[in-house]
Amino acid sequence: MEVQLQRSYLEYCNALFREGFLDGQFVQLQMLRDDSNPDFVMEVVILFFEDSQRILNELSKTLDEQNVDFKKIDANVHQLKGSSSSIGAQRVRNACIAFRSFCDAQDVESCLRCLQQVQQEYLLVKSKLEALLRLEQQIVAAGGVVPTLNDFS
Amino acid sequence: MGCEMESDQPEDLDVVLTSMWPEDMNEAGRQFNVERPGGDQDMLEEVTINKEPNIVDFQRLMELTNYSDKGNWQLAKLVKNWEFKQANVVRLLREELDQLSKQQQEVELKKLEILEEHRFEKDGYGGDKRPISILDENLRYLYQDAPKRRKDDVVSQGEIVAIDAEYDSVVYWKQRAMHLEKLLEASLQREQVLVEKLQESIDSLERQSTPVEELSQVLKRADNFLHFVLQNAPVVIGHQDKDMRYRFIFNHFPSLGEQDIIGKTDVEIFTGAGVKESQDFKREVLERGLPAKREITFETELFGSKTFLIYVEPVFSKAGETIGVNYMGMEVTDQVRKREKMAKLREEIAVQKAKETELNKTIHITEETMRAKQMLATMSHEIRSPLSGVVSMTEILATTNLDKEQRQLLKVMLSSGDLVLQLINDILDLSKVESGVMKLEAAKFRPREVVKHVLQTAAASLQKLLTLEGHVAEDVPIEVIGDVLRIRQILTNLISNAIKFTHEGKVGINLYVVPEPSDVNKQGSEKKSRDQSTLSANTNGNGHADNSPSCEESELNNASCDQNGDQMDQDKESRTKAEERVVWIRCDVYDTGIGIPEHAMSTLFKKYMQVGADTARKYGGTGLGLAICKQLVELMGGYLTVSSVEQHGSTFTFVLPYKVSSASDSDDTDELSDTDQLGDDGYDDDLNSGVFLFPPRTLGTLFSSQINGRIPKLLPNSYGNNCNGLLEDSHLPCSNKEGVSEEGSDSSGGAVETASSVPDIDNIRPVAQQEQETASECSSTNRTRVEKSEAKQHKILLVEDNKINIMVAKSMMKQLGYAIDVVSNGAEAVKAVQRSSYHLILMDVCMPVMDGLQATRLIRSFEETGSWDEAVKAGVEMEVTSHQSCLTSQVEETRKRVPIVAMTANTVSESADECYANGMDSFVSKPITLQSLKQCLQRYLV
Repeated sequence: MEVQLQRSYLEYCNALFREGFLDGQFVQLQMLRDDSNPDFVMEVVILFFEDSQRILNELSKTLDEQNVDFKKIDANVHQLKGSSSSIGAQRVRNACIAFRSFCDAQDVESCLRCLQQVQQEYLLVKSKLEALLRLEQQIVAAGGVVPTLNDFS
Repeated sequence: MGCEMESDQPEDLDVVLTSMWPEDMNEAGRQFNVERPGGDQDMLEEVTINKEPNIVDFQRLMELTNYSDKGNWQLAKLVKNWEFKQANVVRLLREELDQLSKQQQEVELKKLEILEEHRFEKDGYGGDKRPISILDENLRYLYQDAPKRRKDDVVSQGEIVAIDAEYDSVVYWKQRAMHLEKLLEASLQREQVLVEKLQESIDSLERQSTPVEELSQVLKRADNFLHFVLQNAPVVIGHQDKDMRYRFIFNHFPSLGEQDIIGKTDVEIFTGAGVKESQDFKREVLERGLPAKREITFETELFGSKTFLIYVEPVFSKAGETIGVNYMGMEVTDQVRKREKMAKLREEIAVQKAKETELNKTIHITEETMRAKQMLATMSHEIRSPLSGVVSMTEILATTNLDKEQRQLLKVMLSSGDLVLQLINDILDLSKVESGVMKLEAAKFRPREVVKHVLQTAAASLQKLLTLEGHVAEDVPIEVIGDVLRIRQILTNLISNAIKFTHEGKVGINLYVVPEPSDVNKQGSEKKSRDQSTLSANTNGNGHADNSPSCEESELNNASCDQNGDQMDQDKESRTKAEERVVWIRCDVYDTGIGIPEHAMSTLFKKYMQVGADTARKYGGTGLGLAICKQLVELMGGYLTVSSVEQHGSTFTFVLPYKVSSASDSDDTDELSDTDQLGDDGYDDDLNSGVFLFPPRTLGTLFSSQINGRIPKLLPNSYGNNCNGLLEDSHLPCSNKEGVSEEGSDSSGGAVETASSVPDIDNIRPVAQQEQETASECSSTNRTRVEKSEAKQHKILLVEDNKINIMVAKSMMKQLGYAIDVVSNGAEAVKAVQRSSYHLILMDVCMPVMDGLQATRLIRSFEETGSWDEAVKAGVEMEVTSHQSCLTSQVEETRKRVPIVAMTANTVSESADECYANGMDSFVSKPITLQSLKQCLQRYLV
């Protein structure tokens, strides 16, 4: 059971990498988890969820305004880009990069489109990460050790 | 009665008047387009033509007029004209006659009147006399009004009869009768005169000239007119018979006499270009019977180069046969010249325009190319990240339990992935160099170590029985300044190339100082020496041959680096003399491999070019390596050449200028990033030892591990981004310490580093392993290592606004054994620095309130001036009290330059420049990884 879970965890992880939801930076996070801080990945990911949700809300609010404050949007997207690249959510990050370029161009329509895309990517990676975290919890609950990817490398 | 008279008179006058205006004459004249003689005659007389340039065969003219239609027609016209004139004269005469007879009638009428009057007077006495006198007066008046009337002298009826006698007296009547009689007599006399005149006229009419005379006169006048018109025209008019012999020629500027032309053909008269052509043309017209025009350029001795527009028309006999040609030529040399000039100009304009369009096209293409290159670079960049993911995942996969087949497949995957990665890195490098984005860094490094590490790395992955050797001449400075990453990249590239194409023997590096190359010197040592012809250099530049000759000419700086025993002393001397001197170091990478055929030399450094298709198949590779090397070397102001003997080996040589670090900095060498010689006892000796030797190992141990086998391929990847290259250096001592320490210190302590085969492998293998991107072992070894250094209690400040980034960085730092202070923007960072001193600051660039660049500037300003004035000016609220304490207690420490490392999301060189410009020491690209962080810490916290 435990081994089964661990294997599916690894498989799921690899699938996430393969499909480009995550990149090497996530491995970095996993590497940072140790005995003194076993929930590190979860903490960071949850912080990411909170922060991203806040930024996304703010973005849609700002974009709805009559006079769009592009500076504000740019700062927010920059934040989101920073956080997403920090946890390795590279599809969100890539969407942010595109977003910023339209922000520079002050193109409201494209910005709205980008926001949608970023939201979509965010929700996708969120569900994936949640599933991953659930798997982790199951492993822990089963008394196993969450296999960090670098355990084998 | 009187009324009748009055009405009668004007009628008569009308007729006279109309007849007097010679309108008809004019009309007759116009038919000829020759004006009536008379008035015109004078004009012609004025322009009497003295010389007669035309030369005529009159007999021919006669023949022509007689036998050709044209001549006939001309004659007919003349005759017609003469007839017109005669008719006119007859008409005039007739009119005159009419007039005369009218006058006669009048006179008779008058006579009758007078008679009647007399009768009337007899009858009634005393009739009013006035009407008659009035009539007379009127008549006279009217006659006077027609002054042109030719026969004035004849018509003189209107005299007033002046009678000095009393009216109605006998005397009166007598006088009157006498008077009338006189009048009658005069009238009769006039009649007589008129009759005589008429007779005379008739006589003269008979005597008048014959038509022929008249015609010839007209002809002559036409001829004169022609002369008048033609006298200055640049035309030649001629007539030639059917044998092309001239029968008539008019030439205003005759250069030949009549006898020279008449009766001769063109060809007989003069020679030169165009003569034959004109004659042929005339003949052609003659044969075809149709007039034609042609432009012919003559080039004759007679009148030089002239162009004539020639009109030739055939002359037909009455029978319709051609009997000759009329020919008219006009000189159009100037016009032709102008026309040709115009044509030439037009042509030039067209060429210009074509060139312009061509140029525009080229510009367009260049722009397109640039865009394409840019796109290639962008794409490569975009491809690299996911590909890294693929490769690293594959690596992870390789560590799981796999059966043999799977492992085999995975191996192929890995090597393919590596190849693609390398290709992309190469393309990126190349496009960076080409687009000028590539920026070189200037950092101190130790050439000996670079050589050693490159060889070590190569030896670690060596799968052949080759000896790797390195020799660094004594005169090469211990430390130089340059872009160590790029230099290492070039060396590694050349070495791996050499190894690839060498199956037995050895591969080695020679490093020694050379005088500044003269041609590069002229351009300025920092300039690129693109002109450097690599091939010409490689033909003579074999081995060490061309170093010495220009030694004396070279600058004092270089003279000091002449081969000499006490290199260190000399170095120090020169360092004190000049802050920065430039030394040219030549590096030969030689092998005993298959060599390069001569025909391939020219394409050797071209992109995607390999010696041959079979070579590519056999040895693989992208064909970009050498192109990159060459471009990098040239970017650094040096040049890369090659010499080779097929089947015996090749030598790649690059010569680069390096700055030699100034004396003041030499104290800091312990902190050099390049070295991490913690546990290394033979540190100083190692610095000076210039010979490295890696003898071949036995095959048995070589292929023990499959992972190790592929590591070297990964190596060049690390050069793609800016910081990874430093990795190897920092690892090496690590491995030394970790590995067999005794052996390590022994080998490095000796002048010749001869690592015996078995310990060497042990020594190097972990090094290679650590170079992998997967930093697991690194981190673990690091943790152990850093725990020791924790005692030093480094204070690190993280300036970052992103919560997640902070969390990650904090965690990483924790794992590396450091605790950190965190502030969230530049202003706070400045305040934090004011409060306490740090050993290292990690600074985000893009932050709210105050960005990292400004914060760095403010901190640097404080370090230089000791005051926070700049910061206050920038609006940072400084804490005055602690400021004081800071100054008093920690003056020395605080004022020391604190290393500030930028954390930037853009890895492009530009933002790196900005970081440096604002006083930052280096940068790590975000997202930060354990490795990059560790490297950074190792570099600044020793």
